[in-house]
Amino acid sequence: MKIIVCLKQVPKNDSILRINEQGNWIQDRDLTYEINESDAYGLEAALQLKEKHGGEVIALSLGPPRVQTVIKEALARGADRGLHLEDTVFDGLDAFGIASVIAAAAKAEGFDLLLTGLQSDDYGFAQTGVIAAELLGLPHATIVMDVESKEGTIRVKRELESGFFQWVSMPAPAVLTIQSGINTLRYATLKGIMAAKKKEIKKLDAAAVGVDQASLAPKMAFRRVYLPQKSKQTQFIEGTPAEIASKLMDKLKNEARVF
Amino acid sequence: MANGILVFIEHADGKINRASYEAVRAAQLIGAQTGQEVSAIIFGEGIGDLVAEVAAKKIKTVYTVENKWLRSYTADGYTHALRQIIEQLQPALVLMTHTYEVRDFAPKLAASLKRALLGDNISYKIEEGNLIFARQIFQGKLAADVVPVGDAPHFVSFQIGSFRGDECETGQAEVKALTVNLDADVIRQHPEERFKEARAAVDLTQASLIVSVGRGIKEQKNIEIVKKLADALGAELSASRPICDNEWLPMDRQIGSSGQTVAPKLYLAVGISGAIQHLVGMKGSRTIVAINKDPEAPIFEIADYGIVGDLFEIVPALTAEAEKLKQ
Ligand SMILES: Cc1cc2nc3c(=O)[nH]c(=O)nc-3n(C[C@H](O)[C@H](O)[C@H](O)COP(=O)(O)OP(=O)(O)OC[C@H]3O[C@@H](n4cnc5c(N)ncnc54)[C@H](O)[C@@H]3O)c2cc1C
Ligand SMILES: Nc1ncnc2c1ncn2[C@@H]1O[C@H](COP(=O)(O)O)[C@@H](O)[C@H]1O
Repeated sequence: MKIIVCLKQVPKNDSILRINEQGNWIQDRDLTYEINESDAYGLEAALQLKEKHGGEVIALSLGPPRVQTVIKEALARGADRGLHLEDTVFDGLDAFGIASVIAAAAKAEGFDLLLTGLQSDDYGFAQTGVIAAELLGLPHATIVMDVESKEGTIRVKRELESGFFQWVSMPAPAVLTIQSGINTLRYATLKGIMAAKKKEIKKLDAAAVGVDQASLAPKMAFRRVYLPQKSKQTQFIEGTPAEIASKLMDKLKNEARVF
Repeated sequence: MANGILVFIEHADGKINRASYEAVRAAQLIGAQTGQEVSAIIFGEGIGDLVAEVAAKKIKTVYTVENKWLRSYTADGYTHALRQIIEQLQPALVLMTHTYEVRDFAPKLAASLKRALLGDNISYKIEEGNLIFARQIFQGKLAADVVPVGDAPHFVSFQIGSFRGDECETGQAEVKALTVNLDADVIRQHPEERFKEARAAVDLTQASLIVSVGRGIKEQKNIEIVKKLADALGAELSASRPICDNEWLPMDRQIGSSGQTVAPKLYLAVGISGAIQHLVGMKGSRTIVAINKDPEAPIFEIADYGIVGDLFEIVPALTAEAEKLKQ
């Protein structure tokens, strides 16, 4: 089984985010980065499928040179090789643009399964995988909690609302968007880190990917980025931990009347 | 010329998804301000009663498609059907509520027409005649105004809870049946019956006091600190999704869109950032207390009492205070 897994590099979950001067995105200097949460689960799902069925896992990331870190991390955890899609024309693409580049690169590579996370932690579009499936003319499933593969058929367990689940089958090749928590993540071993040094990371720019420039034209735009508005008047309680504790208990008892 | 607002209506098990009425409400408001007609589309098999229910809202036309290939939801079936409808009706704006079903097919639908889906918005405004939508980014830590670029139709979905479905104006819509071409070949997904996992062992919906723990707790062994506070208060212990994903607490203690929805007298959130998928499960709580070291954490947007600080200092102090109170 040949599996391509998409890994987005995103600012670390506890980053202090500052809005840039133009007010249309964040300042991305001085940030530290990590693998997007659901993508880490996608990688683990790919590695487990490979262990079961044999084949190859290719770690794909689109972004500036720094995203090689997430590719290397994936190689150290057991992915076989990397694809790094890098070109200045890829900067600031919307979901359609990113999906177009990923789809073109994945098509040239060929695969049985293309995995993405269900949602990026920065943009949060929750769309890239689904758009890529449409552009590739392939079936897809989202919010996937389990994956089975048998004789060219992919059967997945989808999470639905209100505690429901549903198994859905479709022919391979297919595109799946993976939900966090579907498996237990492994960490890179020292041996894995050493082995990763010998693995190939192929760099592809727009020309090498062969992506149609028209598909990179923006279809949506961020006008302005700002701090969210509050819907409630929050009373902040200050002091030493002991003072805070006694003030809060007093308020809960006498003001909010919860006890 | 593209014109009008088309609202997608979702249903399952013979019931309209209430969340769809939020999109109807958004369409009524936007329609009134921009002078556009609102219509709705619903499809399936044997859906006459559902159509009648939707037609009782203030909507110009409810379009309906009866087709055996639309009996149960598939991404392929719904995308093909909606694309044909959109090509016939040429709406300027297609509005949806950002449910799991919409997340599954709407990006495909928009992409098939070479459009963007502006997904998961929380509000809209009109500036110089242009519609601008607002959505959360960075898991609610920041917000962004977004606009479509290029020609109509534009595709927009609103986060659940952004509009009041129960405030839909009522009326009498005309009902028009449309047809679409579908066959077995285009539908590649084969869904099985929907099911629930084994029943939850704990029913948190009945708890009147809840202490809930998030990833700020860092390690499994630290859960004990929060459990002690819950015990001292006589509260149930619950958690955000990552805690249950890591199996630090069982799945049935998860609060949120894929966990339980609770509305206790007190919800005390410890080291939880306040992502929307968590908030939907607890924002109906009467009193919300949040402890978080990050003053900008989105959980403070809905908290009645906020404590900015290190949970490892605050929680033990609270436990001691609660024990004093008990005596
Ligand atoms: C389709 C879908 C469904 C989902 N369903 C759910 C669901 O049902 N329930 C759910 O909860 N999530 C759900 N999620 C995940 C959700 O988006 C968030 O990722 C999750 O809620 C984050 O959990 P958290 O707040 O515990 O962790 P984080 O976002 O990592 O937040 C941790 C917080 O702890 C604070 N902190 C760190 N250290 C300390 C300290 N020492 N003292 C005080 N504070 C500290 C940090 O400032 C931060 O705000 C879902 C996501 C998707 C896409
Ligand atoms: N720049 C990128 N590089 C690799 N994968 C990406 C990139 N952007 C998005 N993806 C994948 O698409 C998923 C959904 O992203 P989004 O549509 O932005 O929510 C992510 O979880 C990734 O798996």
